Amino acid sequence: MKEVHVDKIVDAVEELCLTAAYDLGKDVEDCIIASKEKEESEFGKYIFDQILENIRYSREERVALCQDTGAAVFFIELGQDVHIVGGSLKDAINEGVRRGYKNGYLRKSMVIDPVFNRKNTGDNTPAIIHIDVVPGDKLKIMLMPKGGGSENMGRLAMLKPSDGLAGVKKFIVDSVKIAGGNPCPPVVVGVGIGGTMEMTTLLAKKALGRKLGEPNPNPQYAQLEKELLEEINNTGIGPQGLGGRITALAVHIEYYPAHITGLPVAVNLNCHASRHAEVVL
Amino acid sequence: MSEIKKITTPLTDDVIDSLQTGDRVEITGVIYTARDAAHKRLLENYEATGELPFDLRGQIVYYVGPCPAKPGQAMGSCGPTTSFRMDAYTPAVLGLGLKGMIGKGPRSKEVVDAMVKHKAVYFAAIGGAAAIISKSVKKAEVVAYEDLGPEAIYKIEVEAFPCIVVTDAKGNDLYVTGPQKYAR
Repeated sequence: MKEVHVDKIVDAVEELCLTAAYDLGKDVEDCIIASKEKEESEFGKYIFDQILENIRYSREERVALCQDTGAAVFFIELGQDVHIVGGSLKDAINEGVRRGYKNGYLRKSMVIDPVFNRKNTGDNTPAIIHIDVVPGDKLKIMLMPKGGGSENMGRLAMLKPSDGLAGVKKFIVDSVKIAGGNPCPPVVVGVGIGGTMEMTTLLAKKALGRKLGEPNPNPQYAQLEKELLEEINNTGIGPQGLGGRITALAVHIEYYPAHITGLPVAVNLNCHASRHAEVVL
Repeated sequence: MSEIKKITTPLTDDVIDSLQTGDRVEITGVIYTARDAAHKRLLENYEATGELPFDLRGQIVYYVGPCPAKPGQAMGSCGPTTSFRMDAYTPAVLGLGLKGMIGKGPRSKEVVDAMVKHKAVYFAAIGGAAAIISKSVKKAEVVAYEDLGPEAIYKIEVEAFPCIVVTDAKGNDLYVTGPQKYAR
């Protein structure tokens, strides 16, 4: 049994908060550079230039890429041979968030209660924590700070099996059209298909964490991702919704077996500042 | 793309008339920040007391909830937030004399109609370009609702703040015409 002390987790999470907020992943930056070459609209090209300048500036100056430094969404892979000592895992993650958002001058965006008390908690806690127990003795922590503008454009459909592939595609493309300029396009389109209602939405969120532009290993889903990207980019929504060739940087699909009666589909959009950072302890 | 038009606040009717959808502008002067929570409180207080935290006439409101300023910064990263959350309050604030709004994303028909009626203009700043936008903020102070944290109303002084005119006072809307041009 490997022991991991919570102090180590707090420190690692604090650091992840800063890395994710300041330093956009090279995969995302490279995809933005490649997409810029395909953009035809003058505004679109101008917007791509501003986005790229912003990425470089925030990395160099260590300031937040976007003022919406997000809800702190964590995907944890906890090896079953890891023993966490000194306190609870969730408390440690929240303490890391508290320190990271304070010391990093990041915006605190969580309210106490969604309906009855929309007062800011003041430290960006509580984090949204998803834990998966896996074989091994490693603790992998991935942080995906998620902005509200793109999150608000997410959609779920409990389709019928008879809706089939055409129904799935229509729902996904329609979701991007409805979102229009709101989620800060060019977007990353995270899609979950199958499972149950809650699982399909979780798959859509997880899909956003994949290295940008890496296709699904299943060739049928890889093909579907490619077709959807083309259809989405034919909508003309373009960078920031002002018209152009590039509405999405990538479509990522994650899938799971489904019940005989159902075909759930979820779309979770991310803005071009598709932030994630991870560490293995 | 057109030449950049340099404008100053408060906005006059002549300036508003000269701005057309698709113009790039640089704004210099005082602007105010407000998001949905601040709009809601401002209008509720106005209804109850007849008072406003600042004179809205001719002013521009920027829809933003900034990051805290690091030492040496006037304001932290401060890109626009999604404007449609303010749509429910916008016709009322335009009725009180507000002339400009900076945000991102399309507005409702009610908002565009109210903009035409009251002669106002809607600018887009680039969502997600928050760090470089903060360079054009030279001074910032809270003028109301400090308890709202990042959602408080700030009076800010900006210099050459870059925006695009998306909806002009005639109701032309780049969020409609732009995508139409590139749809296939």
